[in-house]
Amino acid sequence: MGNILNEIGIENYIFLSVLLFCIGVFGVLYRRNAIIVFMSIEIMLNAVNLLFVAFSTYHQDAEGQVFVFFSMAVAAAEVAVGLAILVSVFRNLGSIDIDNLKNLKG
Amino acid sequence: MEMNLAILLLLSPFVGFLFNVFFGKKVSKGFSGTIGTLTVVVSFLLSVCFFAQLNQNGKAFEFSLFDWIQVGNFKLNFGILLDQLSILWLLFVTGIGSLIHLYSISYMHDDENMHKFFAYLNLFVFFMITLVVGSNLLVMFIGWEGVGLCSYLLIGFWYKNQDYNDAAKKAFIMNRVGDLGLLIGIFILAINLDTINFTDLNAGVVALNKTGGNQALQWAALCLFIGATGKSAQIPLYTWLPDAMAGPTPVSALIHAATMVTAGIFMVTRMNFLFDLTPNVQHVIAIIGTITALVAAAIGLLQNDIKKVLAYSTVSQLGLMFLALGLGAYNVAVFHVITHAFFKACLFLGSGSVIHGLHGEQDMRKMGGLRKAMPITFWTMMISTLAIAGIFPFAGFWSKDEILMTAFHENKTLWIVASIASIMTAFYMFRLMYLTFFREFRGTEEQKNHLHESPSLITIPLVILAVLATIGGAINLPGSTWLNHYLEPILAGKHEEHHLGSTEYMLMGIALVGAIIGIVLAYSKYIKQAFVPKTDNEIVGFSKTIYNKFYVDELYTATIVKPINALSNFFRTTLEPALSKVVFSFGSVAYGLSSQGRKLQNGNIGLYLFVFVIGICAIITYLFIAQ
Repeated sequence: MGNILNEIGIENYIFLSVLLFCIGVFGVLYRRNAIIVFMSIEIMLNAVNLLFVAFSTYHQDAEGQVFVFFSMAVAAAEVAVGLAILVSVFRNLGSIDIDNLKNLKG
Repeated sequence: MEMNLAILLLLSPFVGFLFNVFFGKKVSKGFSGTIGTLTVVVSFLLSVCFFAQLNQNGKAFEFSLFDWIQVGNFKLNFGILLDQLSILWLLFVTGIGSLIHLYSISYMHDDENMHKFFAYLNLFVFFMITLVVGSNLLVMFIGWEGVGLCSYLLIGFWYKNQDYNDAAKKAFIMNRVGDLGLLIGIFILAINLDTINFTDLNAGVVALNKTGGNQALQWAALCLFIGATGKSAQIPLYTWLPDAMAGPTPVSALIHAATMVTAGIFMVTRMNFLFDLTPNVQHVIAIIGTITALVAAAIGLLQNDIKKVLAYSTVSQLGLMFLALGLGAYNVAVFHVITHAFFKACLFLGSGSVIHGLHGEQDMRKMGGLRKAMPITFWTMMISTLAIAGIFPFAGFWSKDEILMTAFHENKTLWIVASIASIMTAFYMFRLMYLTFFREFRGTEEQKNHLHESPSLITIPLVILAVLATIGGAINLPGSTWLNHYLEPILAGKHEEHHLGSTEYMLMGIALVGAIIGIVLAYSKYIKQAFVPKTDNEIVGFSKTIYNKFYVDELYTATIVKPINALSNFFRTTLEPALSKVVFSFGSVAYGLSSQGRKLQNGNIGLYLFVFVIGICAIITYLFIAQ
């Protein structure tokens, strides 16, 4: 198998990754719906994963890809916890607007 | 075997203490008292065994219970040393202790806290044994502190009376002052010699003296002597002892006359090799002892409380013992300690019997004529009074005469002062006897109808002690000096025999005549002129100064207690608020800052995320620029 980077240059992967990350950041900053915020975080995470894989191929080193498997596993666990919290918040407050979470302040 | 017996000797009174603490309340009063007495008797019997053994083979017996402290070169065992000196002390501590325990069974029978009394008394005997048998200064110090504690507990035994509590505190605090001196003395020795074992100290002290360490030795000796002034009630720390008479009378007899107050003399005798090398300190000891003897005897002349008279007489006698110590005549001091223990214990127990018979009356102005009602008490006290006054052939004559004789040979001034003190002793002791036992009764009618001789548990110890006060001098008669030979291993070759020449007979004669003069003076004043001491506010002039104990207590109050109170008041009202203001101001600064910072944490998650992102951007930018 030829190196895929010969067909599409590494810089394109970096641009895509940065773009995805920025979308994630702005999603976190502008949206008030907790689920959307959550999804934005996932986008940021996957942007990083993408970068990992790209550089892994670039350096012909499998370590980066292995790391991605770990980070996906952790992300899955984190999502499970995070969604459970959101369900619990929705049951208590009747909404998942993060502004409502102000009440948690002591 | 010997080791086990020695441990049993030490722990037996402690077992009595534990029993009386935990079960004393559940058993009958008589039983609790009997246990307390028996445990001390066991110690006494064991002491007699050790004494007999020592007399046979003459070998001191030393062993270590466990290793205690080990710091660098400094090693310390929790060791026990049974030699001539400690066994001698054991004999009369446990012997007189047993008699006084026996006496207390009857004397304290009406007290609701009798088991507590016996618990304290047993604990005292335990600590006293520790003090005596310790093989190094620190074990001795444990006992030293322990007896101080028991003394405090027993003086304040009737704790519902605030005056008694104050007396207990006074005794405890004044002893602390002395104990600090003792502790510093121990430290000086430990630093300079790396050991505080009595057996090693001897050689160490001599070696240090040769290599020019005399300065350190002098300080050590002086500090040890300060410790002794506290425990043995010498100037300037003597004022606690007369107040200590607030305790029950058996306590006064055991702790504040016969045993504990002789601890200072024991310690100085134990360390005799140190004091021999420091003649300056010896001089101080002799002078302080003599002045104490004189001052205390003078105060004793005009006291009206029967126990106070005996207390000042104790201070005065202890002063004479220190005079002997200061002159290097340790064996003479020890001799007087023993005879004094016999007759003073007897006198105190006798006064207790009188107080018992009068239901708590201690003022001699309200006594009189008790001779017929209490014949045994009278006769035993009379014998002891003759002994303390120094009348031939009672025990006190021999020991006091030895002290005066030594003083005569060493320093004429001290001899004259000490002789005056003994004439005073004869006077005030007979004043006590005349006021208490002669002429007619001066108390109330009701007391008169209830006058009775005390029960046999009280009179038996009195009789035994009176017998000892009569024949006790036999242990060291001039010519057959058993005690001097016995103590030779401790005081290696230091005692000098006084050959009985004409000077010695003359001195004995002078002492005897002096005592008789004192007695005759007392007789003419209190029997012939039928004088009864006036009430407190009728006393004027110099006698008022004496009656008020030379205002020493007032002096101490003015010069030490008041300034300390003022200082602590200053600290409380000025310094403490100032300090707490500083501390509080730190707190209020932090509070003010946080009241602003708290506004940032407003719970708005959107804001948090925003700040979070800004922060990360800032960090990345910084790292970027930094490269």
